[in-house]
Amino acid sequence: MSATTPAANATPPAKGAALARQRRRKTRIGWNAVGVLVFLIVGFPVYWMVNTAFKPAKDAIDPDPSLLPTGFTLDNFHRALQIADFWGPVTRSLIVSVTVVLVGIVVGMLAALAISRFAFRGRKVVIVAILAVQMVPLVAMIIPVFLLLNDLGQYDKLSGLIITYLTFILPFTVWTLRGFIVNIPKELEEAAQVDGCTRTGAFIRVVFPLLAPGLVATSVYGFIQAWNEYLYALMLMSQKHQTATVWLANFTTKHGTEYAPMMAGSTMMAVPVVILFLFVQRKMAAGLTAGAVKG
Amino acid sequence: MSAADTTTAKTPPPPRPTPSSGARGGTAPGGGRAPRDRRPKLSGATPWALLAPCLLVLIAVLGYPMARLVTLSFQQFGQSQLWGFKDAQWVGLANFKAVLTDSMFWAVVLRTIVFAAGAVILTMVIGMLLALLLQRVSGWVKTLINIALVASWGMPIIVATTVFKWLFDSDYGVLNAVLSKLPGVHLVGHNWFASGPQGLAVIMLLVIWGAVPFVVITLSAGLTQVPKELEEAARLDGSGAWGVFRYVTLPILKPIIVMLTTLSVIWDMGVFPQVFVMRGGHPEDQFQLLTTWSYKQAFQVNDYSQGSAIALITVLLMLGVVAVYMRQMLKIGEVE
Repeated sequence: MSATTPAANATPPAKGAALARQRRRKTRIGWNAVGVLVFLIVGFPVYWMVNTAFKPAKDAIDPDPSLLPTGFTLDNFHRALQIADFWGPVTRSLIVSVTVVLVGIVVGMLAALAISRFAFRGRKVVIVAILAVQMVPLVAMIIPVFLLLNDLGQYDKLSGLIITYLTFILPFTVWTLRGFIVNIPKELEEAAQVDGCTRTGAFIRVVFPLLAPGLVATSVYGFIQAWNEYLYALMLMSQKHQTATVWLANFTTKHGTEYAPMMAGSTMMAVPVVILFLFVQRKMAAGLTAGAVKG
Repeated sequence: MSAADTTTAKTPPPPRPTPSSGARGGTAPGGGRAPRDRRPKLSGATPWALLAPCLLVLIAVLGYPMARLVTLSFQQFGQSQLWGFKDAQWVGLANFKAVLTDSMFWAVVLRTIVFAAGAVILTMVIGMLLALLLQRVSGWVKTLINIALVASWGMPIIVATTVFKWLFDSDYGVLNAVLSKLPGVHLVGHNWFASGPQGLAVIMLLVIWGAVPFVVITLSAGLTQVPKELEEAARLDGSGAWGVFRYVTLPILKPIIVMLTTLSVIWDMGVFPQVFVMRGGHPEDQFQLLTTWSYKQAFQVNDYSQGSAIALITVLLMLGVVAVYMRQMLKIGEVE
């Protein structure tokens, strides 16, 4: 499969190297072709979403659609905004996601500090518990969570949704932040303490600045999780107070299926998230292997 | 906090403490359970104070409902109990008996397992192939693929689901139009969701499309850790590409693969919105998976206790996989 073969080793070095290089270039072109094909297939759904969103409505329902863009119009976006209240759900989603992230990151950071910088009895139990909680299939929990919030009078309240989402993002926030903290050498803190900082001071002046990029990445990731959640938003909020994901899923039932405006709505929901995602994915990928998030 | 840090600051950091020793959870290979006389001095209340808010939230909104899920499944709990007209009654194993004797339930279990297994295997195989491909292409192709992968990874599941619904639409879907151009294929007006297996295959494709990027990116990171010298040595010893992969790459990647597989199993057993939204909120019987089935029993049939019983059975089914994952995680945790 790869370029270097036993044959290349047998021939005299100079000639062999040239042959091998030529051979390698040929296989490289082959792999590139496969790669481009993969790019086209994997990227197609995203392309088609954006393509449909900007298409004139009559081209969108062409039984023999053209694969290339056929024109440019914003009509579908206007239509999407008209069909149902768009900004209401988006505002609610924003409020929920931002609150969840702000609270989650503070609470999560404290917990992460505890399990990464302190030795205490029961530390392992806590770590196991946090990991285990992460493995609980959230779909299975919807019934009791619904009943709990119902009992507490938190059904159809943003606060109920916020506290629920908090439990979803906390385990991975703690776990990924722990990963970031563990990578900051303890000696730095100790040096600051030798120089007269208190432990808290050492944390604020030394650890915190080094942790900042990790905090940003984790926040963005948590934000995306909260923003994308569907099932709990559907169950815990009434139609009147729906969030953005539920708004999009409802699109179909309103006036039959108007696909072009629906793709416009999808684009509006997805593009900001995908862009945010682009920024953090490199930093998160490593943490995620440990953290187990997207579900 | 200030009181605590004065006390803890003075104690020198314990020499790489073995906090595992004696702790109840986990089976640390090294941490003997014999009590030691000289433990490193442990920091007092500070860590618990730091942990408190986190644990509080988790226990209140996850721990308590978890217990409630168990108790619910042994009770009779319907609409009248929800509104508070009647108290929940203990009915022992009646819910489980009702669920387990329902032939529909077994069909759902089987379907869920086949669906999850198919999705996991395909995700892992495709993910591995793409990760290997990424190593062999030029830089610009790599960038292109990475962009596509991150875009599909970042797509909200609901958006991805509606997009796939559009791609596979029977009248105006682009897929039918394009496939029909192939010689001998007549798919114009074909309804992909007329039958369960075909519809679920489309949903599986959607799940795989969303899951592959994470696998590829993680495996690619892992592949960079494979020492070039080892591959070279294997090649000099006469192994072909497959041999190098089988005996050098695969063993080194094994921990990552175990982790990704267990995670995928957990995620794919829990597939819900994809089916739910794809079928317009009312999946037909032949589309039901354990998650949607539990949801239907609870919120559409209004039998919360039977829904809970089904959810509980789902969790139990996944426990084995979770155990494997946890062991792997703890191994990694030990290294750090």
